[in-house]
Amino acid sequence: MPDQIPEDSVGLVTPQRAHFDAPLQLASGRTLPEFELVYETYGTLNADRTNAVLVCHALSGNHHAAGYHSMEDRKPGWWDLCIGPGKPIDTNRFFVVAPNNLGGCHGSTGPNSQNPATGRFYGPDFPMVTTRDWMHAQARLADRLGIERFAAVAGGSLGGMQALQWAVDLPERIAHAVVIAAAPKLSAQNIAFNEVARQAILRDPEFHGGRYLELGSYPKHGLSLARMVGHITYLSDDAMGQKFGRELRNPELTYDYNHQFQVESYLHYQGDVFSERFDANTYLLMTRALDYFDIAKEYDNDLTQAMAQARCKFLLVSFTTDWRFSPARSEEMVQALIAAGRNLSYARIEAAQGHDAFLLSIPRYSELLRSYFTRIAARLPASA
Amino acid sequence: MRPDLNIILDWIEPGSRVLDLGCGDGTLLKELERQKQVHGWGVEIDPKRIQACVEAGVNVIEHNLDQGLAPFRNARFETVVLSQTLQAVRRPDQLIEEMLEISGHCIVTFPNFGHWRARIDQGLRGRMPVSEFMPYSWYNTPNIHFCTVKDFEALCRERRIRILDQTVSDRHQQSDSLMRAWPNLLAEIAIYRISR
Repeated sequence: MPDQIPEDSVGLVTPQRAHFDAPLQLASGRTLPEFELVYETYGTLNADRTNAVLVCHALSGNHHAAGYHSMEDRKPGWWDLCIGPGKPIDTNRFFVVAPNNLGGCHGSTGPNSQNPATGRFYGPDFPMVTTRDWMHAQARLADRLGIERFAAVAGGSLGGMQALQWAVDLPERIAHAVVIAAAPKLSAQNIAFNEVARQAILRDPEFHGGRYLELGSYPKHGLSLARMVGHITYLSDDAMGQKFGRELRNPELTYDYNHQFQVESYLHYQGDVFSERFDANTYLLMTRALDYFDIAKEYDNDLTQAMAQARCKFLLVSFTTDWRFSPARSEEMVQALIAAGRNLSYARIEAAQGHDAFLLSIPRYSELLRSYFTRIAARLPASA
Repeated sequence: MRPDLNIILDWIEPGSRVLDLGCGDGTLLKELERQKQVHGWGVEIDPKRIQACVEAGVNVIEHNLDQGLAPFRNARFETVVLSQTLQAVRRPDQLIEEMLEISGHCIVTFPNFGHWRARIDQGLRGRMPVSEFMPYSWYNTPNIHFCTVKDFEALCRERRIRILDQTVSDRHQQSDSLMRAWPNLLAEIAIYRISR
């Protein structure tokens, strides 16, 4: 926790809540009769409502992108490095909106919310949601806040895919898309890892077909194992090697299956912590939304044609050791964007940390974001 | 602005699409946008220069030209520019061929190694040339393939590349009739407009 709030922090923040009564038609064909989004905002919306930045979260993220909820918080929001007064997304200039996605487990309507039709937890009855459904829900929130057009929609990984979805589907509502460590669709390997994670949850005897909350149980082991698998894909071989190598917890080998290597302890710790703060049904939904994401699918699988729908400017960023969504995946998008004649800049950042790099402090990455957002801010009417 | 850039500016159609290979800090593209409403994209490998482009609001793609131009093959450009970069790539001939594949109109500029000062450095002093314009020593220079005006024209002849225009300049952007008469000896910078 901070002894005192750092000067470049957005400070103590309180999540807000928006209820939407009008039904939301989902990609699956199902409808959500009503829903709620929990979100945070930082900075001030200017008079002509042109300085709003939508920050989309990744698989395990939520609406708490920056600042602290209380002085007891151990850590700030997930993108605090990037959002705050004087930071790359400067809250002195921008009004940042960070919602928790539909189907999430931190306040927005999702599997652990109550189903108004039955009065019970939605659980496995919560409809499958896609990046497009998220976008439509976010657009409703934008309407509520009076934001017609975002100065930028930004995110890393699954968050970057949402930015891309906005650029292609709602071209008039976004001026810039900042797409970090993302891909235009998942590869077979990406889907394979997601499937292992899902099976870990689905096969946990405590899962009970997704109705664990009603039954007072919880598939802790399955969710923990899912996170362990996921976590491996977030780090590079080098990063893991540097962090743990073959280091043992005790000097002697014990010739059994207890955790002996430091990397084992680390993964178990990550899994355990995650399983306490995340919901298993949400994890299933989020990984499926990732699998289904394929921005070119409706355009004859022609990525250039998909990108040609966009009107915004793009910043794409990849990280050299990211093997989950490697630089080559970003470069597929770069190639299509150039062919479509879109305005874009692309940087391949040298970083040892793998996919996780998009959340970390890497000087070149921070400077790049700072410059890009400074350019956006320079076009806004005199500061908010 | 670098001397060759002003000449390039004159050769580019207003409102056209331009790909600038080795775009540096984006000066040329910025000017093209300002003066000629050109829609431009730069290609750069150096992080500091990429940063400078982003700061200037110039489209810039991080890419190593030694890996070829495959990422740009599906796009359409009225002009592809390679200014003061030819000498820094591993296979200048292949890069030029690829440029001509993606656009019918290419502009290439390079430091002329046949300039009399370079000849004195090598011929009389017996040293590799180092000048204000090419400030590197042989061991740390990014420039690995020097050529002269004559060398470049010989390559164009061999590969059946049409030279549409040729002009020369010194570092002060001056070019007189003497320089134009003996470009290989007197020009510091050679500037070509080529096509297939």
